[in-house]
Amino acid sequence: MELYVTEISKYVIALSLLIYTVLAFLTFKYTTEKKRRMIYALQILFMFVVQISCFIQVVAKSGRPVYMFFFAFQVIIFAAVLMLFYVIYPEGNRLIINNSCMLLMISMIILTRLSYDKAIKQFFIVTASFIIGFFVPEIIFRFDFLKRFTWIYAAVGVMTIGAVLLYGAATNGSKITYTIAGITFLPSEAVKILFLFFMAGALYQAENIWQLFLASAVAAVHVIILVLSKDLGSALIYFVIYLALIYISTNNIGYLALGLGLGVAASMFAYRLFSHIRVRVQAFLDPFKDIASSGYQLSQSLFGISSGGWFGLGLYGGSPESIPYVEQDFIFSAIAEELGVLFAVFMALVCVSTFLMIMQEGYYIKDKYYRLIACGAGVAYIFQTFLTIGGGCKFIPLTGVTLPLVSYGGTSVLVTIIMMMIVEGVCMIRTDERYEAMERRKQRRQQQMRQNIEAENGKPETGNETKE
Amino acid sequence: MENLKPETKQKNKRKIRSYPIIVLSVFYVGLFCAMLVYICYYSYANKVVLMSNSYNTRQQILLDQNIRGSIYSRDGDVLAYTQTDQEGKETRVYPYGNEFAHVVGYASNGKAGIEAAANYYLINTSADLPSKVALDAKGQKYPGNDCYTTLDVNLQEVAYNALSARKGAIVVSDPRTGEILAMVSKPDFDPNTIQTEWDRLLADTSGDAQLLNRATQGLYPPGSTFKIVTALAYIKDHPEDYNDYRFNCSGRFNYEDESISCYHGQSHGSEDFVKSFAESCNSSFANIGLQINRQTFSSTLNSLMFNKDLPLDMLYSKSSAGINITTSYGDVMQLAIGQGSTSMSPIHLNMITCAIANDGVMMKPHLVSEIKSYDGKIIKSYATEESKRLMTSSQSQILRSMMEAVVNEGTASKLKGLSYTAAGKTGSAEFNSSTSDSHAWFTGYAPAEDPQVCVTIIVENAGSGGSYAVPIAKRIFDAYFGIW
Repeated sequence: MELYVTEISKYVIALSLLIYTVLAFLTFKYTTEKKRRMIYALQILFMFVVQISCFIQVVAKSGRPVYMFFFAFQVIIFAAVLMLFYVIYPEGNRLIINNSCMLLMISMIILTRLSYDKAIKQFFIVTASFIIGFFVPEIIFRFDFLKRFTWIYAAVGVMTIGAVLLYGAATNGSKITYTIAGITFLPSEAVKILFLFFMAGALYQAENIWQLFLASAVAAVHVIILVLSKDLGSALIYFVIYLALIYISTNNIGYLALGLGLGVAASMFAYRLFSHIRVRVQAFLDPFKDIASSGYQLSQSLFGISSGGWFGLGLYGGSPESIPYVEQDFIFSAIAEELGVLFAVFMALVCVSTFLMIMQEGYYIKDKYYRLIACGAGVAYIFQTFLTIGGGCKFIPLTGVTLPLVSYGGTSVLVTIIMMMIVEGVCMIRTDERYEAMERRKQRRQQQMRQNIEAENGKPETGNETKE
Repeated sequence: MENLKPETKQKNKRKIRSYPIIVLSVFYVGLFCAMLVYICYYSYANKVVLMSNSYNTRQQILLDQNIRGSIYSRDGDVLAYTQTDQEGKETRVYPYGNEFAHVVGYASNGKAGIEAAANYYLINTSADLPSKVALDAKGQKYPGNDCYTTLDVNLQEVAYNALSARKGAIVVSDPRTGEILAMVSKPDFDPNTIQTEWDRLLADTSGDAQLLNRATQGLYPPGSTFKIVTALAYIKDHPEDYNDYRFNCSGRFNYEDESISCYHGQSHGSEDFVKSFAESCNSSFANIGLQINRQTFSSTLNSLMFNKDLPLDMLYSKSSAGINITTSYGDVMQLAIGQGSTSMSPIHLNMITCAIANDGVMMKPHLVSEIKSYDGKIIKSYATEESKRLMTSSQSQILRSMMEAVVNEGTASKLKGLSYTAAGKTGSAEFNSSTSDSHAWFTGYAPAEDPQVCVTIIVENAGSGGSYAVPIAKRIFDAYFGIW
């Protein structure tokens, strides 16, 4: 009986996530949130189907009914987040919040399976992050003056990651963390938000090439500090944010090409300079050659991904714990192993739909500053996702960054939720822009009509007067 | 307000607000598509290889859940199975003991042979859900998939006994399909007791190397059997006039201070190309070697897969033989008669012989024909597969007539006048320059006019191929054709 439940739930889980993913992409067919309402409702339904089926598997396989309580708390919190968001921010984008909750649910499921203690810890951080995060859209929407602190952001950011570098050098350690009151804190993750605001502000204000150059130099300082801290993943993410934003703000592909060229040159230089980079590249080229040491992680990850097959071995059916740092860097491999390669692929597509939605919001907003903020957040999110998944499956060399929202790690999840909430704030600004434009049009139209009546012309003239 | 909406919509379509955002979106979507396709492809295509890696702990999960499947011969005899006693302890049993030791291999201590090659299938189960549920209820493990091999118990037994107490190896295969019918390597070991004897086997320094499968991993000087290769190179180099070749053998051939002598100094007198081959005249072949364009010789070696990977799904050693412009005359002469630094594995020689017997086309050699679930459903079948054309059809015809001459008027005369016809080439390979001891080689096929079975034999340190390897070939051919 138990076997039937677990075997059938495998297919239910994969199918539900497939439907969820298809729905996520269907939202792009409709232009307004109003028309998408039905899709969002269905998404929430399938989201909970995935979670319930997974937890049935977890309880059936682990034989621990106590997990049911944990699951009940999760249902309450996620349902509350989804509902509250809808009530508090009716102008926000609900696909982004739905997708975030979906990914967090997957995260809770796989973390419960890997380590119950870590799952509980992560759950508290997620809850706290949402409480903090709920203020963010309002702050972004209300406090326009945040735009003006550009150089303060840069100063605080550089000082924070610089301090980590100096502290690391002094203690000869490579752990890039602060521990405050028992909570380990990754500064490079948090400074990402400051960096994003700095880049957006600097490029928004830049009027000539020298100001662009200055912004680039400060961005380079960030990247160099991170490279020296041996935090390659973050260095790459910062660099990619910089490239994307300079390209969007100048609309000049030459800058992108120049930046990419410099990036390639710098990575070749770094490859020669740092042995830990060479080791990673070697492990990427042939992880099985030195399987006992440098290739161990990656080969275990590949074993995991390939052993699951399309529908996975079922929760508790594989041995993802044989992959070192599975909860952080290789969560994707654990998901592919136990929930199946198809499930993992659908999950990656959910990430892609989030990215596209953020980019679409950025595309339609008129305020250039917020456009840069939204697109920067979108690119940072998708690139980090790409680095983790690609690194774990031997598509690109391993960089050791977390999978946003899914991996274990407090700072990462807090920062990602705040980023998403910043984007929601930008969405509200865009909705506001649209209402204002509509209002203006309406007024102008009424004015025109009045004029028409006054002139007693009678001929309706429409079309040309509404310019955006 | 209503008629405003379509208007704004149209406007959005007309005016592109920001190209960079579109470019970046398309770029990342493309990148993800490529990556996700790669993940699916990589994990699917490498499933078997990755599962078989000894660092993959997931094998243990499958072993805890499934009983390792059995290995069968082509006639359905069990070559290996797992026995579970009342306490649930599992033992791997090999009913034929030492006979199939190397080819079937062992499932413990790192695994070898078919046990290693088919490991993925043996430890996986294809039992359907209802039978799994029924087994669960009884508290039993699921039955793993079974592996059906191409091995013939009768031929294996004959080959095993024919080699008796000598060291060496035998490969028997079907040139039309590439199926390996028998594979023997001696000295051997008993796979039933491998776990207890493992340390002794590893510590052994007597040079017996019992664990080594000499048929695929052994590298020997090919000696005169290599004249097949030299002859092919000569035919390629002299396609029109190879039959006009004449040589007068005095038992020794000298060229620029280097000399080659015939086996036991025998002088063969006046001979043509075919007779040089049939009599296995070293002097004449040293002369032939010097007359072949070096580039042609080198490309012939390449096309016959020397210094290259063989299309084999088992552990093997790469054969080596080479020639270039800087090779000295002495080395060229040594190469022509398969001595010097030339080395070859028995399976490689067998593959070349098979190609000659099969109109120049080599079929992919294989040991496993089918994987079946415990209730007989076919999970995977290994179809007969053309691997590579090694020579033209007419070149293979010429070589075949020459190999027939070896039996009819040459060194393999013990195969003459039987109820079936045979063809082949003998070899007596010297492996130590200080003594005249030699390994006895034979490679050949039968029937000569319609080859069905191909045999390659090496008997270490036995003497001449004609006296020691050919009689073994005869016993195997007899067994194949059902004559006792």
